[in-house]
Amino acid sequence: MTKLSFVAFDGTRFDVEAENGSTVMENAIRNAVPGIEAECGGACACATCHVYVDEEWTGIVGEPEAMEEDMLDFAYDVRPNSRLSCQIKVRDELDGLVVRVPERQG
Amino acid sequence: MHPGREMESGKTDVLIVGAGPVALFAVFELGLLDMKCHLVDILDRPGGQCAELYPEKPIYDIPGWPVISAQGLVDQLLKQIAPFKPTFSFNRMVSGLEKLDDGGFRVTLDDGETIEAKVIVIAAGGGSFQPKRPPIPGIEAYEGTSVFYSVRRMEAFRGQDLVIVGGGDSALDWTLNLQPLARRVALVHRRPEFRAAPDSVNKMLAMQQRGEIDFWIGQIVRLTGNAGQLSSVTVKGPDGEIEVACTRMLPFFGLTMKLGPIADWGLELHENQIPVDTEKFETSTPGIFAIGDISWYPGKLKLILSGFHEAALMAQAAKRIVSPGERVVFQYTTSSTSIHRKLGVPD
Repeated sequence: MTKLSFVAFDGTRFDVEAENGSTVMENAIRNAVPGIEAECGGACACATCHVYVDEEWTGIVGEPEAMEEDMLDFAYDVRPNSRLSCQIKVRDELDGLVVRVPERQG
Repeated sequence: MHPGREMESGKTDVLIVGAGPVALFAVFELGLLDMKCHLVDILDRPGGQCAELYPEKPIYDIPGWPVISAQGLVDQLLKQIAPFKPTFSFNRMVSGLEKLDDGGFRVTLDDGETIEAKVIVIAAGGGSFQPKRPPIPGIEAYEGTSVFYSVRRMEAFRGQDLVIVGGGDSALDWTLNLQPLARRVALVHRRPEFRAAPDSVNKMLAMQQRGEIDFWIGQIVRLTGNAGQLSSVTVKGPDGEIEVACTRMLPFFGLTMKLGPIADWGLELHENQIPVDTEKFETSTPGIFAIGDISWYPGKLKLILSGFHEAALMAQAAKRIVSPGERVVFQYTTSSTSIHRKLGVPD
């Protein structure tokens, strides 16, 4: 199991155990992290699972692909460390990953 | 249902869900076979996406029309179906469905009105659709006065200071098309890459170089104005915030299309489309047909012209339900005197 931490917009921290191969979004939904809506269910078609990857982790998590960038156009307050959490797959190297939930989803 | 409101009800041969081009042409094909139609659409006028999203855009693949504007096509279709006098219910959405003992259906609209029909034709395109509202605080206060999600009449933007937001085809096309009319056009997009057609992007960049438009990279974080009248937007870009004076804003953040209550009608679904056979275009529920973009079958193309074909075949099958036992004689509009009578063609 890989440890993930979600920080909700109000500062509440959710430490969860995630299975490798699952997406960060799925773990947010499973653990009822507020502010992750994931309307489209992980198809990279809605931009409602937008998160900010903690600066220390951006290099390891990596950059969004072109389709995800296109979808991020529809998100609110997009920053250089913005990602759609449905497009981040949990793996060993992400153990300890911290992502922050934006004020609102698009 | 709205409490206290007396329930209206109506009867028709065919209830059509949607009033886009394919729904309109279905009225013609059904009308040739003497079936009366009642159309229900969530928009406030006929034409569907053609009228709502891109009325002034050209369509190049309508047979017989080398080019026709989307609204032009809708207007021609309305003229074509006028002899059949269809009933329209606009600004309304179908919600409940009930099977009647006589084999027909009773459909309830979102305002409580009920319509009884022998046949239902779903021609709802991508479902009931809404432009996405961009996540800018307080934007609701400007909608309909300074903020618009579509261009119904280009003239409405003449002489305005216009901010267009987005990086897709709509944003780019309207930047190019409204530039000659507006006093000033500023395009705002989050990043220098676009989803729009490269040709449009190149044209826009050329305009920017000639100083004919402004292009700002960033996201809109704030709207400033008074009583629904926009005076400026604040754009947060890589180098901080800038304020762009404007009187109108056109955000293009895509559409959400939802099947809506039809999804609960017990029809088999294929993602957001409704599977049909390609002989009758009937759904998994006998008596309910689906044509146009909302229908699905192997090889389905979401083209208006495909929807026209689907409407013609559906009408043959619908006739057998509406008038059981009656022999359906296939006739050409060119030569049939009985069709000429229906269309009001002078002898």
